[in-house]
Amino acid sequence: MWRDTLLVAGKDLRIEARSLVALSQVAPFGIVALVLFAFALGPDRALMARGAPGLFWVAVLFCTVLAVQRSVSVESADGARDGLRLSGLDPAGLFLGKAVAVAAQLVVLEALLAVGVVLLYGARIDVPWLIVVSCVLGSIGLATTGTLYGALSAGLRVRETLLPFLLLPIVAPVLLAGTRIWQAAMAGGTPADGTQWLRLLVIFDAVYVALGIVVYGPIQETA
Amino acid sequence: MAPAAPSSSAISLHDAVALSGRFPLLAGVDLEVADGESLLVEGPNGAGKTSLLRVCAGLVPLASGRVAVLGLDPVRRRAQLRRRVGLLSHSSHLYDDLTVRENVRFAVRAAGAGADRIDPACERLGLTGRLLKTPASKLSAGQRRRVALAVLAARWPELWMLDEPHAGLDASARVVLDELIGEATAGGVTVLIASHESALVEPLVTRAVTVTGGRVTAERRIGATRVESEVAHVA
Repeated sequence: MWRDTLLVAGKDLRIEARSLVALSQVAPFGIVALVLFAFALGPDRALMARGAPGLFWVAVLFCTVLAVQRSVSVESADGARDGLRLSGLDPAGLFLGKAVAVAAQLVVLEALLAVGVVLLYGARIDVPWLIVVSCVLGSIGLATTGTLYGALSAGLRVRETLLPFLLLPIVAPVLLAGTRIWQAAMAGGTPADGTQWLRLLVIFDAVYVALGIVVYGPIQETA
Repeated sequence: MAPAAPSSSAISLHDAVALSGRFPLLAGVDLEVADGESLLVEGPNGAGKTSLLRVCAGLVPLASGRVAVLGLDPVRRRAQLRRRVGLLSHSSHLYDDLTVRENVRFAVRAAGAGADRIDPACERLGLTGRLLKTPASKLSAGQRRRVALAVLAARWPELWMLDEPHAGLDASARVVLDELIGEATAGGVTVLIASHESALVEPLVTRAVTVTGGRVTAERRIGATRVESEVAHVA
């Protein structure tokens, strides 16, 4: 399984390194979303700083939808999905490989968006490790759910519109926990509150990693 | 109940029915392909040739009937089966952003085959020099077909299922393809070729079956009596 995970993750990350879709399209989209949020909130810097945690994670969710759609579309061209099915790859390894590749892209995107939040909203981070851990755990949760629901929608003609509809409600716990952790890590927050929400992210990640390992194969065969 | 498949059968289908929604892809196929046999599946467009291959590859489950490929159920035992079979389909299964070599390498490694066969296979299909470093997005349809063939040649599975294998290939690539099929059958590999270009395939096979309307409607030995037997067409 781990060999297949590395093989598939390496393939997807190599494709991303060539196409630079995440950096040249998804990241600018996320930054534009942050700028538009700032316009919507007005010139009140205190209000922007207070809203920064939630707006950061909403922007991350939008980027997740795009990154997952890209991950699905890579397998849709030229019958590549059938090629993967026929290769005999371990479905669990395939699931983890695709999720690892999406998670790696999300971590990079989140780093860029975090810089954007600090610069645009004047957010001040007092406990950086909480932010880093929440981003890593959040990326795992978003990537695993995204990969799972991406596979569910992969064979459908309406997958571009169906995926956000399926995915966004499911990842609400990541939005909630991520926002609370950021609030705890920012100036005036209580770091101890953040560590409690980290547990929710860990449980969410564990559930969806386990679920993906079990059901990704059957989904891939029937979608 | 249909009789159990003989142990010497590479492919065994009994009253196989496959559906796409409510549309019948296969409407009761009975077919036995012996180990090491080379078989042409011919028939008009939409007859069910591709569906037959996809059922044997485990990509399409049966609605009813039975199928065994290399002695295994291709759906229930797909994990054990898929690395033993190769399907050359209409699609080349290539990633546009990867180079030719990266595509072949990924497909061969994913199938668990040895990487040492990659270079000889690519060379045989004329995939050398700068072409190896060319992204798949820059390839012509014929070149993409060559890459898919290189993957098959590098993997060298026990059962080859080739869907219109000559389509899109130039004369030199067709010669290489025919040589590969010849070597495979000589080495005991079972080869199933779906094609409506019977004249191109007949020199490569020993038997042909005609598929019409999702059923096997005729069968003949190549090089023997032109039409050896007609299979009863169940209305």
